[in-house]
Amino acid sequence: MIRVVLPPHLRTLAQVGKEVQLEVAGPATQRAVFDALDARYPMLRGTIRDHRTQRRRAFVRLFACGQDLSHEPPDAPLPDAVATGTEPLVVLGALAGG
Amino acid sequence: MSGVRVLVGTRKGAFILTSDGRRERWEVSGPHFAGWEIYHLKGSAVDPDRIYASQSSSWFGQVIQRSSDGGRTFEPVGNEFAYEGVPGTHQWYDGTPHPWEFARVWHLEPSRSDPETVYAGVEDAALFRSADGGRSWQELPGLRGHGSGPFWQPGAGGMCLHTIVLDPLHPERIFIAISSAGVFRTDDGGGTWRPINRGLRSEQIPDPTAEVGHCVHRIAMHPSRPNVLFMQKHWDVMRSDDAGESWREVSGNLPSDFGFPIEVHAHEPETVYVVPIKSDSEHYPPDGKLRVYRSRTGGNEWEALTQGLPQSHCYVNVLRDAMGVDSLDPCGVYFGTTGGQVYASADGGDRWAPIVRDLPAVLSVEAQTLP
Repeated sequence: MIRVVLPPHLRTLAQVGKEVQLEVAGPATQRAVFDALDARYPMLRGTIRDHRTQRRRAFVRLFACGQDLSHEPPDAPLPDAVATGTEPLVVLGALAGG
Repeated sequence: MSGVRVLVGTRKGAFILTSDGRRERWEVSGPHFAGWEIYHLKGSAVDPDRIYASQSSSWFGQVIQRSSDGGRTFEPVGNEFAYEGVPGTHQWYDGTPHPWEFARVWHLEPSRSDPETVYAGVEDAALFRSADGGRSWQELPGLRGHGSGPFWQPGAGGMCLHTIVLDPLHPERIFIAISSAGVFRTDDGGGTWRPINRGLRSEQIPDPTAEVGHCVHRIAMHPSRPNVLFMQKHWDVMRSDDAGESWREVSGNLPSDFGFPIEVHAHEPETVYVVPIKSDSEHYPPDGKLRVYRSRTGGNEWEALTQGLPQSHCYVNVLRDAMGVDSLDPCGVYFGTTGGQVYASADGGDRWAPIVRDLPAVLSVEAQTLP
C-alpha cells in the first residue's frame, strides 16, 4: 500500500481527503503510482502528468522523505519508506508568489 | 414565473446567480471549483439544466465539468484535447516556429439542437467538438489546417480561440474568432474554413489589411439575422451584413473603440452593447467612468449608459466573454469586471445595479432564461 498526499485543488476534484492509499502492482515507481492513481480516480488524469507526454506537469512537485523527487525519472524506484507505506509521496503545486 | 440564471466564471471559481423574472433579488451560490480558474460556463439552449464549465489551472491543467441539474451538482468529464495528426507549428512571439501546445479551453458553445454536443475553443487556437456530453473531444482540424495556420501568432493573452458563434438558420455554418488571427467561417460543419476579415484594418500589424493576423476580441450575432455580425476588435467596433464577407467600422461616437465584449439585445437586432476601454496599454474605462455604450442603430450612434455604474475612480476591465443578455422582456443585460463586480440591468441597460461586488476577477458571464 502506498500513501499519496494530494494538493487541495486535486482533493476537491477527486472528492477525497488529504491522503489516498493505493495498491500498486510491481515495483513502486512514480509511473506505477500515478497509473494506479489515474485508474482509481479517473478525474485526475491529465492533472499531474500531461496527457500526451505522460511527463510531470511543469508546476507540479513531488516530495518524499525530505527529498525533492520531481526530477527523478518516472521509472526510478521510489524510496523504500514510500514503497512500504511508512512515508507518503507528496504531490503539490509549485509555490506561487505575489 | 420565469427566471434567470447567470453563470459567472472567475479566476478562483464559478458562481451561479439566480433570480425570478423581476431580477431584483438574487441568490448567489459558489464558489464552485474553488481555487480553479473558470474561463467559461454555458448552458444548453435545448436543455437549460445541462451546463458545461471549463475549469483550468496553470498547475494542474484542464478539467471539463458538466451539470445535468442546472448547476446544483457537477461531474468532471473528458479533459483530453489532442490535436489531430502532427500538430505542426505556428509563429511564436519572436517570429520563430512554435509547436502547437494545448493550454486551456477558453470558450464552450453547446449545440443549438443537441445537449450532448458541445464545441470548445482552445489555446493554442483550435476548435474541438464533443458529441457525447463532453466525455471525449475531437478536433475539427480543417481550421488549424487552413493554409495560414503556420503564420498565426498569439496575442498578449495567448493564441486563443475565444469566440464560437453557431448559425441558427444554417446548421453547417460556424463562425469562430482567434486572437490574433481573425475571424474564420465554415459552411460545411467544420470540415473546411476560410478567413473572413475583409474590411478589417489593424495598424499594429505589418500589413494593416492582411487576410489574417487581426486581433479580434469578440463577435456577436442576433439569432434572427445570422448574416449580421458585430465585432469588437482590438481597436474598432465593426459590422458585417453579409455573414462576414466584408466588414465596416461602426465605432462612431464612442469615447474609445478599444474594448473586449460586444453583445446584441435579445429582441432588437439593431441594439448593440459595448464597454469602451481606454487603450490597449490602459485596460480600464476612459476617465475612470464605467460606462456601457448602447447603439439602437446597429452602430455609429452610441449612447452612454451610466445609471447605477461607478462614474469616478473606476479602473476595472470587462473581458471578452464577460457580458451576456437574457431573453425576458424587457431584456436583461449583465456584465462582470476584473474587480469582481457583476452588474445587471433588467431594462435593457437604462439602469444598473450590482448583483455581487466582491468576487474574484470575472472572466465570463452567461445569462440563461429559465422557463
